[in-house]
Amino acid sequence: MNIYSIAIMVRNEYGVLNRVTNMFRRRQFNITCLTVSETETEELSRITVQFEGENDRAREQLVAQLAKLPDVIEFREFNPDESISCELLLIKMANNDEQRRQMLDAADAFHAKIVDYTRDSIIFRIAGTSRRIDNFIDLMRDFEILEVCRTGIISLERGPQVMRTINTL
Amino acid sequence: MERLTGAQIVVKTLIDQGVTTIFGYPGGTVIDIYDALFDESERITHIETTHEQHAAHAADGYARATGRTGVVLATSGPGATNLVTGIATAYLDSIPVVAITGNVAGGVIGTDAFQELDITGVTLPITKHNYFVRDIARLQDTIREAFALANSGRPGPVLVDIAKDVQEASYGFESKSPIEPRPHRVPAPEVLEAAAAAINKAKRPFVYMGGGVIASGAGELVQALADRIGAPIGSSLMGISGVPTNHPRFLGMQGMHGHYACTMAMDDCDCLIALGSRFNDRSTGDRRKFRPSGKVVRIDIDSSELNKTLIDQVDVRSDVKCALERLLPLLDEAKHPEWDREVAALRQREESFADVRDGMTPKNVMEVINSHREQDMPLVTDVGQHQMWAAQHLSFSQPRTFISSGGLGTMGFGLGAAIGASLATGKHSVLVSGDGCFAMNMAELITAADHDVPVTVVLLNNGVLGMVRQWQSLFYGQRHSNTTLARKANYVAIARAMGAEAQRVESLEELDQALEKALAFNGPTLIECPINKDEFVTPMLPVGGTMEDLVVNMDDVDRLLGNRQ
Repeated sequence: MNIYSIAIMVRNEYGVLNRVTNMFRRRQFNITCLTVSETETEELSRITVQFEGENDRAREQLVAQLAKLPDVIEFREFNPDESISCELLLIKMANNDEQRRQMLDAADAFHAKIVDYTRDSIIFRIAGTSRRIDNFIDLMRDFEILEVCRTGIISLERGPQVMRTINTL
Repeated sequence: MERLTGAQIVVKTLIDQGVTTIFGYPGGTVIDIYDALFDESERITHIETTHEQHAAHAADGYARATGRTGVVLATSGPGATNLVTGIATAYLDSIPVVAITGNVAGGVIGTDAFQELDITGVTLPITKHNYFVRDIARLQDTIREAFALANSGRPGPVLVDIAKDVQEASYGFESKSPIEPRPHRVPAPEVLEAAAAAINKAKRPFVYMGGGVIASGAGELVQALADRIGAPIGSSLMGISGVPTNHPRFLGMQGMHGHYACTMAMDDCDCLIALGSRFNDRSTGDRRKFRPSGKVVRIDIDSSELNKTLIDQVDVRSDVKCALERLLPLLDEAKHPEWDREVAALRQREESFADVRDGMTPKNVMEVINSHREQDMPLVTDVGQHQMWAAQHLSFSQPRTFISSGGLGTMGFGLGAAIGASLATGKHSVLVSGDGCFAMNMAELITAADHDVPVTVVLLNNGVLGMVRQWQSLFYGQRHSNTTLARKANYVAIARAMGAEAQRVESLEELDQALEKALAFNGPTLIECPINKDEFVTPMLPVGGTMEDLVVNMDDVDRLLGNRQ
């Protein structure tokens, strides 16, 4: 299985996410992460999808099917070398005397920010590549993880090119 | 600016789109639209079927026969779900249909109100696109967009679901013309040159046409192409009627039940020029062993078909006609005597397999139809053995005269489609059906009788579900589970009771006379032709098989079944 990443600009209408994800379901692709967000204009949303596919041929078929959807305005496949990707992690850890020092040192090494602190819990926030986040979570497994939430990948191409020029910008 | 209700806007917009006939069935959430239709009965004829499914098939048949977008109207809930098979049938064969459904009022949506159903959700995978209109300001343009979308690019069905309160509300209305279709995307010169180079160096070129040839009206260009490069022409089921059956280069249908010479010649070509066809499994058998893969020069309007099931050497993303107009001048005139001889030998071989029996055989029934059917009469089929016999043995000289559910293979498609095709063309249509299929949709004889629609049903009655039986005989040790119908029904009496003329014929002579009479009658007729339950469709390529596994005729069948040495 290969991992692919694609960004899709869609009309900002209800049901559009369903139309897009339905295409993945129909062609039996597994979505590994997905983010939907508003963009520089109200009319468009941006969907970033990372998915597993057997081969490039299957991926090409999926992309061609996506491109046909009337609500899809533009799409871009990402090559890791020519794009910047990152995601955001919030992780809630148990706060106890025995482990606190070690845990804070580890978080510090990763430049994780403490965004919530109570007698019994600490929430760290960290942004970065998926790999960096995986590594951080792995490190936290030495302590007591209470809850994890990560946003999934967002990506932009390097350099000045954009998916769509918005006149109002 | 005129102020109209949403329902009136729907009807006026249909008129603006040039719609003159719609098919449908009333219900609670479309009462307003029906009320508006009441005022416009001079301009829009509404054909009420006995069931929404058949209204959808009728709209589909209407579109297939003319290329104009078919329109079907149904109420929410069960009315809408009854359309589903019809919409899916149109989707799989890329037929332009606009389905309009009512839905409950905006205020109760999401409360599981009476007959509320998320039909846009249900039809998501079987429409090109669908809309749920909750704002009357968007109503007119949504319908205009739906028509533009249904009949542009690769055609297909579009559904517009309209909440009841939108139909009741009123809004300013001004007539607008249909949205102009976008001009066809012209293929880049280097792509056309690459295609020409591949074709020009071919020694055994083969032209293969699918439904895209019919949709783009490219039949004459296909003949010009084949003549220029010295290639035989084959067709998928959906391509039938694209070029005249008697064209000297035409080898007939290719695929699982295709003509022997066509299937074998395509298998042996060194350059397969595929025009608006998608090579599904019924065409290729085992794709990994399908020899033309890798040799395909493909022209298709839909980029997602390129390289989908076979490996292409050159892809031209374009409307077939638009591409051929530009490709033809780049092609060398060529003759391939050796290839011609090979193809001629295959044809001879095919003739040696021919069924020459007398009596009421499927082939002979088709021959009688050939001798009576005028070439501009739509010939419609249901699905199964009779469909393949029709595809194999009937002859066509005008595009859009062969109408059949190819992709979805919808049993029960035929009668609705035949009514639609007849109303669209003003011609008598002929439906070739089987007893299994006919029983699924026969209530539409009521519709045909009520509206004096000239449809002649040639019912091949073998008392079995023949295609499944054929598989059971060949691949399931002759265990004929649930395919022997043994019905007590009298189809002639049923047809008469519904207002049709009907008779059963016992010989080809009787069929000949009955058909002559039926085709002169201005209304529905049924001719029941009893045939043997063990007639098989041959040739037959077993699922996943290669050309070596081809079962060529009934002698082969008997050998396989151990009936004869």
